Amino acid sequence: MALLQIAEPGMSPAPHEHRLAVGIDLGTTNSLVATVRSSVPAVLPDSLGRPLLPSVVRYLADGKVEVGYPAQAKQAVDPKNTIASVKRFMGRGVKDAAHIENSPYDFVDAPGMLQIRTAAGVKSPVEVSAEILKILRERAEISLGGNISGAVITVPAYFDDAQRQATKDAARLAGLNVLRLLNEPTAAAIAYGLENASEGVYAVYDLGGGTFDLSILKLSRGVFEVVATSGDSMLGGDDFDQRVFCWAVEQAKLPPLGPRDMRLLQMKAREAKEYLTFHGEAPLTAKLSSGELVDLSLDTETFCSITQTLVNKTLGPVRKALRDAGLAVEDIKGVVMVGGATRMPQVQRAVAEFFRRDPLNNLDPDKVVALGAAMQANVLAGNKPQGEDWLLLDVIPLSLGVETMGGLAEKIIARNTTIPAAKAQEFTTFKDGQTGMSFHVVQGERELVADCRSLARFELKGIPPMVAGAARVRVTYQVDADGLLHVSAKENSSGVEASVVVKPSYGLADADIERMLRDSFEHANEDVHARALTEYRVDGQRLLEATRSALSQDEKLLGNDERESIRTAMLSLEKLLPGNDHRAIKRAVDALNRATEDFAQRRMDEGVRRALSGKMIGSL
Amino acid sequence: MQNHFELFGLSPAFVLDKQALEKAYREIQSQVHPDRFAHAGDAERRASLQWTTRVNEAYRTLQDPVQRAKHILELHGVDVAFETNTQMPTDFLLRQLELREELEAAMQKKDSALLDALRGTIAGEKILLENQIAEGIDKRKDFAGSAGPVRKLMFLDRLIKEIDSAYEEIE
Repeated sequence: MALLQIAEPGMSPAPHEHRLAVGIDLGTTNSLVATVRSSVPAVLPDSLGRPLLPSVVRYLADGKVEVGYPAQAKQAVDPKNTIASVKRFMGRGVKDAAHIENSPYDFVDAPGMLQIRTAAGVKSPVEVSAEILKILRERAEISLGGNISGAVITVPAYFDDAQRQATKDAARLAGLNVLRLLNEPTAAAIAYGLENASEGVYAVYDLGGGTFDLSILKLSRGVFEVVATSGDSMLGGDDFDQRVFCWAVEQAKLPPLGPRDMRLLQMKAREAKEYLTFHGEAPLTAKLSSGELVDLSLDTETFCSITQTLVNKTLGPVRKALRDAGLAVEDIKGVVMVGGATRMPQVQRAVAEFFRRDPLNNLDPDKVVALGAAMQANVLAGNKPQGEDWLLLDVIPLSLGVETMGGLAEKIIARNTTIPAAKAQEFTTFKDGQTGMSFHVVQGERELVADCRSLARFELKGIPPMVAGAARVRVTYQVDADGLLHVSAKENSSGVEASVVVKPSYGLADADIERMLRDSFEHANEDVHARALTEYRVDGQRLLEATRSALSQDEKLLGNDERESIRTAMLSLEKLLPGNDHRAIKRAVDALNRATEDFAQRRMDEGVRRALSGKMIGSL
Repeated sequence: MQNHFELFGLSPAFVLDKQALEKAYREIQSQVHPDRFAHAGDAERRASLQWTTRVNEAYRTLQDPVQRAKHILELHGVDVAFETNTQMPTDFLLRQLELREELEAAMQKKDSALLDALRGTIAGEKILLENQIAEGIDKRKDFAGSAGPVRKLMFLDRLIKEIDSAYEEIE
């Protein structure tokens, strides 16, 4: 029997150069990019030294786009074309986005996701988000002096599938290779846990600009395990501004406001809210377009009383997560506060009261998510040797199901299931001779489909005619490590197989993304082919590197023929890489992927065997 | 059929060595998890996804007492038949009715303390049942005879779930 080679722990058998990887916090109010340099995570500031990028995008009639502070400065003068808090609209239709009546935008209801009409044309929230990501990508590339090989993008833990898909699409549009979508509270836990070498069960209370998440994690050496997560993807600091805004309208007895005045007063409301974090009373003054002067003063007591219901609203999900985790308040060792909105003293107080302990906030609540994302990106890029990295086990926040007779939702994968996860369910025909079945994929906890979120509809056709109840249609739900769902269906009672793979279609079709990519290239005067060539080259380079490293570790698992075919595929890819034919490169990449399929499986089996034999050598 | 215990190097038993399971689970995950292959080719990423999915499924099954018991019984050719076999002893059914009435009452009063108490009672009854199942499966190897208590345990689990959604409704 051949002896197995085992690399010394911590020694990477095939050392590679350090890959540039970043973590991006794509926030409702502000966005940030961070990276790990010489083992230290740091937020990358802009050329003026400002770490935050306001998540505001302004479209001009000539097609130019302003992002961040310049756009923010124009909010009140050009409200219809200046999009703020776009995260609230990601993966949402007009009817399910919050505060739409108080938004100054010109919405267009499109199937699936709403769109916004601007001076530069109709824009989807995905395109708007991509503008923010592009700026962050450029910032990182300038600051790090090279192309970014991959990015970890954070999303609220409570984001559903459509919202996640939309975020990933935006990253793709911005030319980023997404290493992983990472849940924001989990990112915060990584930054916090590693900084403080914490062990035990922690709660992360994350109240951002537009979303609220509560995650419960078990931290132990080298493992971050999410036990339960809960939240409200329509609750955040914006809602506190909104309460102040409504209070001001009422106090000053204002008539219905135009877009400019509305935006102006909303900005003043936010300023007043922020002022109250450090003062007992805040002035709220604004000069409306009519010339009327709004001159109010908001004290802490009033502010607390008009926002009390919002603070209480966060405690429901806290209790739910504890129940799901099977834990009591006493089991929680610490509560980490994340998100700018947790700076409000009444929020701190409510959390302290609920958990009967002072919350932890020794890390900047605005930066902690980006820092954690950067640390995870560093691990995913392979920059940390095995042994120094960690294992991250996350869950899906909302149950995934399918519509059954009578408009009921049958759960297929339950919420808080550790991902990746898959589950199959069998269905049958209702009528004799039925040759098609239609499926409706939904997400949510409610019993009625109408109360859940519709993710996708698809049809399985070509079922051979049989008597009712004879067909066996197996529907498989697979959730990947990004928390994204892939559904496939197969009829296999008769030996005839029909199968269909759907990606949740609530977001964008691939064709939409391609069109947007083309549009953005036209503006940026970039060449689509040049871009595709660069992308495939990077892809090919990466695959070659990975294959070489796999061969150096496990070549013994290969038969002669197989080794030959992998070598041949590698050679032909190597030859094509310097050329200019991006299609040929793509084909060579696909061919090498196919050639290594069995090898990859065997390597994985081998890894499991090694893992078990390491600790149970006696039982073998 | 696939034996989830073997995957973790454990021998099938209802009484679980939680630490050994957790340790083996983490060892395997540290080898196959997609985070290890974020920069690898499609083939390796696919293999990693399949393995991790399988390991998670097995881990989830073994952690849950009802699913664990059902799995052991199936390994011995006993079908628990959750869906079709709804025949339960009369005294058990009467007790279920009683508990459900208490749940209704607590919901009508919107009293979370009553829900807490009810949840505690059921948790106690679950422990008794689990001991009974352990005795039947691990000691007496009476797999067919253990199906009844496993079904009972499943009834109690469902009730706990209903209590949990009741909390949400009254909150």
